[in-house]
Amino acid sequence: MNPLYIVLPVAFQLFTAVVLLFFWNKTNLQRGLSVAASITALALAAWLMAAVLQDGILVMQAGAWEAQFGISFVADAFSSTMVLLTSLAGLAVSIFSTSGIRSARVQLGFYPVFHLLLMGLNGAFLTGDIFNLYVWFEIIIIASFVLITLGGAKDQLEGSVKYVTMNLLASAIFLTAIAILYGLTGSLNMADLSIQVANIENRGLVNITALLFLVGFGIKSAIFPLYFWLPASYHTPPATISAIFGGLLTKVGVYAMIRVFTLIFIPDEFMLNLLIWIGGLSILSGGAGALLQNNIRRVFSYLIICHIGYMIAGLGLYTEVALVGAIFYLIHDIVVKTNLFLISGLIYKIKGSYNMKLLGGIYSSFPLLALMFAISFFSLIGIPPLSGFWAKLFLIEGSLDTGQYMVIAFITLGSFITLFVMAKMWLEIVWKKEGALPDKQSSTAYLAMPYAKRFALVFPIVLLSGALLFIGFGAEFILAVAKQIAAELKDPSAYLGAVLKRGTI
Amino acid sequence: MRSLIFRTAAGYLLPILLLFSVFILLRGHYLPGGGFVGGLIASIAFVLHSIANGIENTKKIFKFHPRILMPMGLCLSLFSGLSPLLVNKPFMTGLWFKEPFPVIGMVGSALFFDIGVYLVVIGVVLTIIFTILESI
Repeated sequence: MNPLYIVLPVAFQLFTAVVLLFFWNKTNLQRGLSVAASITALALAAWLMAAVLQDGILVMQAGAWEAQFGISFVADAFSSTMVLLTSLAGLAVSIFSTSGIRSARVQLGFYPVFHLLLMGLNGAFLTGDIFNLYVWFEIIIIASFVLITLGGAKDQLEGSVKYVTMNLLASAIFLTAIAILYGLTGSLNMADLSIQVANIENRGLVNITALLFLVGFGIKSAIFPLYFWLPASYHTPPATISAIFGGLLTKVGVYAMIRVFTLIFIPDEFMLNLLIWIGGLSILSGGAGALLQNNIRRVFSYLIICHIGYMIAGLGLYTEVALVGAIFYLIHDIVVKTNLFLISGLIYKIKGSYNMKLLGGIYSSFPLLALMFAISFFSLIGIPPLSGFWAKLFLIEGSLDTGQYMVIAFITLGSFITLFVMAKMWLEIVWKKEGALPDKQSSTAYLAMPYAKRFALVFPIVLLSGALLFIGFGAEFILAVAKQIAAELKDPSAYLGAVLKRGTI
Repeated sequence: MRSLIFRTAAGYLLPILLLFSVFILLRGHYLPGGGFVGGLIASIAFVLHSIANGIENTKKIFKFHPRILMPMGLCLSLFSGLSPLLVNKPFMTGLWFKEPFPVIGMVGSALFFDIGVYLVVIGVVLTIIFTILESI
């Protein structure tokens, strides 16, 4: 693959959004175009991934300005994997939305904004410039502001106020940190920063800047003391939109954190302990929150926080094995969280409620769907040989290597909490006899839907469950990718060499 | 706002402001100006016209809803960014015609990017203003 083409996953999503803008009022055409474009985007991302795995790191200097001065786009194994996962989740959500999003919302511009969001995500993963990363974050949050308020239901607006406020604050902190970093080094290119920051003598200022980045990305990825906006907002928009939020938006914060703390700021002892404790407390507080909720989407929201903790703790351990675990968890978590929110949307379509106490009887009326749910639920808990298990195995191995036994305690406790929550959910939703639903007709409304509409609701869940089974049973392939990513993160010389084109690094 | 003086003046201001906006657009490569400011000035021309003559009359100037300018402008900008890929240069590289054009001067892909921005800004501002004016 010509390195010039690595911008295509970004440009193609923008192109899709532009084409969709031409057909503002033609809702059915928009739905069809979106699915077709998402399939193409997935093919593009797979092509990029294959090229990166074969040829190594691909670099494009935008505008033909050399690195340090221009904006570099870098596709290494980590970013191309994230682009591929984004496209996969994007395809699933796009198919689901063909019957999960009402025409009224499509006419308000759901699809163009959705593809702009995907463009922002791809851009954030592919950029090699810290300020450009900020710009992509802005595109992501502006697109997500529109998506979360789209339709303007009352609780949606209430949730979006919290979401918008916290994310704007995070952006301001992130921008401040970039400004300080630029003042210290005079550079914004991440590869160049990696070299320059290591040589700065004023370590105190460097550490403060690193903490500012931690807070900025921490708010976006909802880590321990900064997560309160997430469970207050993610359950308010339609399930389709929560799926893309839950699957990808917090993960882009984690991606940025892993990238910045392995490339630019190599954490010292204090920072590593801080990351481990933040990770552990995220696991506990997210899990504790999930125990108390009855709204299934709020349960999933708290579980996002809980499982972000695993990745942050993995980063805090900072050995190659632990990073393999964190990356593997990230790969698994994007797929499983998107799928869980889609499942919650499907349950709502079938039963007309998100309340666990009122739901029930899925197994007796839809046994095959219940099987689909089981795959995601058990993958989330990490029952071997499903996908969550492998990631935790490596995280535990990493913590044994470094002697951080606290992390093992946190991980095990978090897994038990997840097990309890998911078992409770399984009992309440799937096995229990149907409760007294407020709106009994909606159950028949699902059965009365045309076959194509029902297919559009179920197929993405089957697709993502298939991906989960592949991650679980094809763990060897995923592990090879995760190992390559972790090796590249631990030793960024290949990245630096590719971006800066210097032989002396 | 239906004063005779204002209405007459707005009729003359519309072409002058549009011409001025194109001037600002073309000037913008090395000097202050560019697509964003030019687009704002052009949309001010239409807003002034609609305040003086009523929104219905302004809409008659357009044969289409100004919303369509947004994707058109984005399309132009995107393709001016992607066009260097055809000659095997990175995304967003400036490509220039060898000879200057009369009146306009040197023309490069950056100009088409700016024209795209110009159209998007007109589209966005007029969509917002028209929506607000219609709901009053």
